[in-house]
Amino acid sequence: MFKLFSIKRFYIITCCFISLLTVNVVQAEQVVVYSARIEELIKPMFDAFTRETGIQVKFTTDKEGALLARLKAEGKKTPADVLITADAGNLWEAAREGLLKSISSPILEANIPAHLRDPQGQWFGLSIRARTIIYNTQKVKPSELSTYEDLADPKWKGRLCLRTSKKVYNQSLVAMMIAEHGEAEAERIVKGWVDNLATEPLSDDTRALEFVAAGRCDVTLVNTYYYGRLIVSNPNLPLAVYWPNQKNSGVHVNISGAGVTQFSKNEHSAIKLLEFLSSQKAQNLFADVNMEYPANPQIKPSNVVAAWGEFKQNPMNLVKAGELQTAAIKLMDRAGYR
Amino acid sequence: MDTLLKLDQIQHAYGKQTIISHLSFDLKKGEIGCLLGPSGCGKTTVLRCIAGFEPLVGGGILLNGVVVSRGNFSLPPEQRHIGMVFQDYALFPHLTVAANIGFGLHHSRMAERTQRVADMLQIVGLAEVANKYPHELSGGQQQRVALARALAPHPDLLLLDEPFSNLDISLRERLSLEIRDILKNLHITAILVTHDQDEAFSVADVIGVMHQGKIMQWDTAYNLYHRPANRFVANFIGQGVFLPGRVLSPGKIETELGILTEDIYHQCELNDAIYHPGNEVEVLIRPDDIVYDKESALQAIVTHKAFRGAEILYTLKLASGKIILSLISSRYNHTIGEKIGIRLEADHLVGFKKENYTDIQK
Amino acid sequence: MHVNNEKYAAVEEKNTEISRSLFFLNRKANFWRLTPFLVAALILIPVVVLFSSFLMPTDDVWRHLVETTLSSLLINTFWLSVGVVAGTSLFGVSLAWLTAIYEFPGSRFFSWALLLPLAIPAYVTAFVVLGLFDYTGPVQTALRAWLGSELTWFPDLYGRGGVTVVMILAFYPYVYLMARNAFLTQGKRLLEVAQSLGLNHKQGFFKVALPMARPWIAGGIMLTLMETLADFGTVVVFNYDTFTTAIYKAWFGMFSLPAASQLASLLIILVFALIIIEQQFRARMRFAEMKRSSRADRIVLTGWKARAATCFPASVLFFAFVLPVLQLGSWAAHSLIQSLDQRYLEFLLHSVLLSAIATLITCFVAILLVYAVRLYSDTFTRIAVRIATIGYALPGAVLAVGIFIPLAWLDNQLNEWMLMLFQIETGLLIQGTIGVMLIAYMIRFLAVGHYPIDSSMQRITRSIDEAALGFGLTGWAMLRSIHLPMLKTGIFTAATLVFVDVMKEMPITLMTRPFGWDTLAVRIFSLTSEGEWQQAALPAVTLVLAGLIPIILLMRQTDK
Repeated sequence: MFKLFSIKRFYIITCCFISLLTVNVVQAEQVVVYSARIEELIKPMFDAFTRETGIQVKFTTDKEGALLARLKAEGKKTPADVLITADAGNLWEAAREGLLKSISSPILEANIPAHLRDPQGQWFGLSIRARTIIYNTQKVKPSELSTYEDLADPKWKGRLCLRTSKKVYNQSLVAMMIAEHGEAEAERIVKGWVDNLATEPLSDDTRALEFVAAGRCDVTLVNTYYYGRLIVSNPNLPLAVYWPNQKNSGVHVNISGAGVTQFSKNEHSAIKLLEFLSSQKAQNLFADVNMEYPANPQIKPSNVVAAWGEFKQNPMNLVKAGELQTAAIKLMDRAGYR
Repeated sequence: MDTLLKLDQIQHAYGKQTIISHLSFDLKKGEIGCLLGPSGCGKTTVLRCIAGFEPLVGGGILLNGVVVSRGNFSLPPEQRHIGMVFQDYALFPHLTVAANIGFGLHHSRMAERTQRVADMLQIVGLAEVANKYPHELSGGQQQRVALARALAPHPDLLLLDEPFSNLDISLRERLSLEIRDILKNLHITAILVTHDQDEAFSVADVIGVMHQGKIMQWDTAYNLYHRPANRFVANFIGQGVFLPGRVLSPGKIETELGILTEDIYHQCELNDAIYHPGNEVEVLIRPDDIVYDKESALQAIVTHKAFRGAEILYTLKLASGKIILSLISSRYNHTIGEKIGIRLEADHLVGFKKENYTDIQK
Repeated sequence: MHVNNEKYAAVEEKNTEISRSLFFLNRKANFWRLTPFLVAALILIPVVVLFSSFLMPTDDVWRHLVETTLSSLLINTFWLSVGVVAGTSLFGVSLAWLTAIYEFPGSRFFSWALLLPLAIPAYVTAFVVLGLFDYTGPVQTALRAWLGSELTWFPDLYGRGGVTVVMILAFYPYVYLMARNAFLTQGKRLLEVAQSLGLNHKQGFFKVALPMARPWIAGGIMLTLMETLADFGTVVVFNYDTFTTAIYKAWFGMFSLPAASQLASLLIILVFALIIIEQQFRARMRFAEMKRSSRADRIVLTGWKARAATCFPASVLFFAFVLPVLQLGSWAAHSLIQSLDQRYLEFLLHSVLLSAIATLITCFVAILLVYAVRLYSDTFTRIAVRIATIGYALPGAVLAVGIFIPLAWLDNQLNEWMLMLFQIETGLLIQGTIGVMLIAYMIRFLAVGHYPIDSSMQRITRSIDEAALGFGLTGWAMLRSIHLPMLKTGIFTAATLVFVDVMKEMPITLMTRPFGWDTLAVRIFSLTSEGEWQQAALPAVTLVLAGLIPIILLMRQTDK
């Protein structure tokens, strides 16, 4: 192996290296997608889109923050046409940074309810992720439950499990609570949650569900599809869904959504992709693949998901989730919610 | 003088291979012993057995009359009070000279240790480099640090494993004398291992010539040279030629150089052979046994010469074609091819039974 | 080889003399002179990008941090670092000593098997340990069922202890590998020297072997420390908040990349200070090689000592490797049919290919650096080399952005120039090529390549250079024919570590990979980011298996 280090080989390697650097194939009729939603949850829809329109979809996946930084650094030359995220906050931030383009599409406006998209048309929700209460059926009667806010009540002391505040779903939830109740009241509620915790905040929703099922705590707040995955693989767990805040604001929902990038070179195709994703053909695919709810209200969720019952969504526009996300994080830090 | 170290029939084996077999010797207090032999003769292994690094298969080693090694027992090396100077010195590269020397004094109190280190530095003449690191020293200095380090804890016995082999020749001679002086002044009992006989002669009081895991002779340098116990020692020590001869009558041997009588030869391996007229024998002739005598009828032709300063070592061819060596004062400068007169002038001549191999040119 | 002339008493003098003569003899001297500075400059680019964040507004992220969580984050980070460093040193050094010096049942097996945990990403071990031992895991569930009561005595895994133990299990091989190399070359002989001076084995270990192995152990510890400080995956699984957590929170949560960069800059300063301190500490000392004992045999342990000696590495290996792999294996078996498709071969191929090329580049650069320092050991060169190894201390994603931003800028500029000069629209030329990934890997893992090779170089005595010089060998020729063969162990060690680390790397791979260049690590990221840990088991197992290949090769090399 040491012969590799001769000067001659060094030059050869360097040359190969430079040639690698300059290989960059450009193709026609395609949409390039930067997605924070993972491959499993987008690829089937892209394949369907290509079959329908003949437009190729090229995509790469990464974390939201990295994708945003990448878009920003690439600026005008970005190859990306569409940005997909798994939450509203990051779409809002992308819009704030000027990374997304306002588009007007009657189809998207008809398919996606107003509270699930940006008023300026910079981004659109494509599936709904409902964050709800899951309780242990052996230890909690549904009549004990009422609202998110009620979980701050001392009667839940030592009975609550929560996922870490570092997850964007909790940040959005608290942001929406700030929008609804004001910061002081929201902080009181979060403090109440922290006081009621049975154990330190957990690293993911599944673990929180397992803790409830094992009886370590009685209730938790999770996205429904985590519940769905767990209950499908193990139907005997003593867990059930409760839809909170049905008498007032409604269940907190987040979205998985998309926007067209500011410097997209295939804007037309990009809009076509978004419209396709909001359409009947893709909506079920988009939502069902992860047991989420379709954003398009005309489309019914899958049977498994529908069995958890109907619920009233919080109709407040998700722009708030982005606007108040930083405030929500600071609030949770102050409240000692890790 | 008391016996400090006693090796009694020691045996050592590595796997199935016997390295040392039934080896014995004694060393008195204050004596400097030396194990001398070609590489691979097992001399370093004997040293390591004494140090306690190698177990014995049989026999025993006694230090101050106490058994330290036996067939199935071995006192840990650190409890033997034996110091060792390693071939490559094995100085600790991360410690200064002073710290290296003080290393073995970990039991002593700080003040004592400092004093002892200062004394040792003084003795080996390295006081000015006390705070340097080993890599900052010359080879000779490193060697003296190694010596000081081994001596600092007052060992009962000092072992030196080829201590001069890493030094150049001029330094070697000077240092070996220096070290002998240091050891003698401090009354240190020591064993040196070497393959270099000059080193052995200049340092040791008593030398054991080793061959194939056995001691061939345990004796003083003088005796090894002049009264070798066997043909190997005769061969190994010094230079010389085996000259064939024939027993004329009891006590009389006829050689090409003349007739030798009983009073000038040392009887060795001959037993009674010498008393049986007609027996073929060989006599060891050292270069200094042959002197130049221009009057002599005995003539030899110069075939080689090596200048040695005060003397010249000549290789001479006798009339019979036999080769002998002669050390002649360099006042006489004979040329190659010249025919010169020589004479046998010896106090000790050593005779052997005739063997097939004849001579050596060391 | 020793050159023993009294006239060369002072080695300092000697060194400068070598350097000077090399300088004049070698026409390519400037290459060696400049290399460290060029590499350091390359690595400084992302660092400068991070530091430039201090010019940008960060709203009140800082004030918020100071008022709320910063103090607890710092305390958490401090104790985690202390715990992990102490634990990895203890495990790494003791296991290395045991396997390098003693012979006991299984000693040969353990000597290489103890490296296996390197192949498992720390966050995977974390997840498995939590899955098995937390409240809902089989262990506690079974104990509860058996005892019929709540386990109040069971240690809380979500505290400081759990994450520390997992990191120790994951990172101890760094120290083990480095310390083992040191002990192997010191060998039994060093103990004999100590014994001849009246020290028993234990004293010999503490007073001689350990101090002499310091540069290696320190190197291993530095790697561990950097890895701990930069870790995000493991602490997230335990929801344990560290300084790095704050970096990600500022970036991903509060949308303030500048604040995140500033925090990361502080991390760089801290690590750099640690490196300098370590360096100063051993300024004049040398750790040149001692000749090996004539017989390389080990001390044979018998009876209860032998049994104890077998049990210790066996239990470490069980928790650090066997258990996680068994758990992954059982998950993988469940998901085997649904997730195994022909793309798997592609992921594997990408992973191995990228790791292999990145390893070659990284080790090559590391050798250049180490050799340059040997030729020119002035302060500037030393500092340049230290700077060059800083990439390992940065949280991966932060470094990824730091690399990406200047690249994108360069791409845009290039495009402008081409447009201006030739009216050609080049598009993004550099971005999205494998070359970028490889350079990024090199920047990140240079430290991993540097430490083992540097330690090996330190034990080659200077007189060898002099001897080589005497034969007229200089520059490349001297490096190739004299140093490289002697650096072999170090290079193999470095190559293994880099290879395995690149395989496991996520943020840089995610950000800089070309379209379609998914690797096993990308696959694991995808699945775990949606909480599909069981599904991620198959790529994880494959990653572990692929990582074993170089480890086994390494051990066959060093045990020769």
